[in-house]
Amino acid sequence: MTILSVGTRPAETPVPAGLRVGVLALQGDFREHAQVLRELGAIVDLVRRPEELDRIDGLVIPGGESSVMDKLARTFGLAEPLQAAIRGGLPVYGTCAGLIMLADTILDGMNGQQSFGGLDIAVRRNAFGSQTASFETDLDIPALGEQPVHAVFIRAPVVETVGPRATALATLADGRCVAVQQGNLLGTSFHPEITGEYRFHQYFLQKLVAAAR
Amino acid sequence: MTESNSAEQFGSSRVKRGLAEMLKGGVIMDVVTAAQARIAEDAGAVAVMALERVPADIRSQGGVARMSDPDLIDSIIAEVNIPVMAKARIGHFVEAQILEVLGVDYIDESEVLSPADYKNHIDKWNFTIPFVCGATNLGEALRRINEGAAMIRSKGEAGTGDVSEATKHIRTINGEIKRLTSMSRDELYVAAKELQAPYELVAEIASTGKLPVVLFTAGGVATPADAAMMMQLGADGVFVGSGIFKSGNPEQRAAAIVKAVTFYDDAKVIAEVSRGLGEAMVGINVSDIPAPHLLSTRGW
Repeated sequence: MTILSVGTRPAETPVPAGLRVGVLALQGDFREHAQVLRELGAIVDLVRRPEELDRIDGLVIPGGESSVMDKLARTFGLAEPLQAAIRGGLPVYGTCAGLIMLADTILDGMNGQQSFGGLDIAVRRNAFGSQTASFETDLDIPALGEQPVHAVFIRAPVVETVGPRATALATLADGRCVAVQQGNLLGTSFHPEITGEYRFHQYFLQKLVAAAR
Repeated sequence: MTESNSAEQFGSSRVKRGLAEMLKGGVIMDVVTAAQARIAEDAGAVAVMALERVPADIRSQGGVARMSDPDLIDSIIAEVNIPVMAKARIGHFVEAQILEVLGVDYIDESEVLSPADYKNHIDKWNFTIPFVCGATNLGEALRRINEGAAMIRSKGEAGTGDVSEATKHIRTINGEIKRLTSMSRDELYVAAKELQAPYELVAEIASTGKLPVVLFTAGGVATPADAAMMMQLGADGVFVGSGIFKSGNPEQRAAAIVKAVTFYDDAKVIAEVSRGLGEAMVGINVSDIPAPHLLSTRGW
């Protein structure tokens, strides 16, 4: 799997038709993700039950409260089948809480908080402090195009350790990593779904979901 | 590998409203001690509301209800990882300044406390911290948004365990939004006048069909079925005040309400989580409360 092949202008390449993408809908801003994915031409399923994982080509884990997603996923029997699907190569994109859910290691988590895992990273929950430390800023990610990515960080996590199997895609000015990819898994600390930024979803659909189908 | 190339911007509308977006599909629980906050987080609350007395006790004990002691708020912030909200009195901008420096994540300018100003609400644009405000109808919601509220909760009647006012307010707000979407522009000018709300906001809602901020429901929710009904009526999430810690088995009831909000449209799940929860809060019927004691009429 190549990482964000340079020179790609996702906006000029259509998303293949008929991709069916799930959005984990236990809690959080899943409707915003569903809206972006639909506008890009995907068929969207909201996923709350294990059997709803069977027919999807990829999954998005939204922003929200990761500890709540963790509890509900385990209570309703979704966690284990989803972990198996991730091991089996299901493309998954997680934003904020979704990034935490994809991390192999959570720092500053609740007692007993678990993740689905898959990304060889350690993520620190709520790394910037309380809500008054939440912010928006521009990130240069040349592989997504010349235009910077306008990123919104809301009580956001950061990737504190990037393991050898994962690759950092973006960092803040202070060097902290806020976007990663590893094979079919993609994660960002920030929320493209609420800023009208479509390029991450487009990249996910084209490079990960379509390629894996 | 890349680096950020521009200054960071704090306290923007997008950042303020964004946190509320992340709370959607969740339950925000009133807590009065760190121990209750622990129970709420363990049960799957998406945030906690730190306050000194739950509305049911404010109602029964009477007296002036104010912002909580900073020590109490500190202890709750220290106890949990989820966002912490706290209440300031309507119009009491200094209580809000205090809550901002204490590092809470959201301020509720709340009719549950005794109003500090019977004319003006807080100018919420002056703050980096976001505010949630109550509303009984669309005009009230839009006036609060115009003052800078980044989240709205329908008021209901707090501390009663009677969901009927919550039902009325969410139905009213959503009904008024629906009505706007069918209006022509000349009618929208009149609607703005009648709603006592800025025309620009009214026109925006007429075209989008929804509030520009997240809409939760509050006030009287006591059971998983109550919470699921609010979700089916179009709420983005639910505040539960006295309903949890005034009930027989708070841990189990809190967890049940969380599940009912996620599976709000699945009666089988709601039936299952409703079993064996023990006593619900006793409650009082809103129709038995004399008018001066109604909290939802505070705010204007």
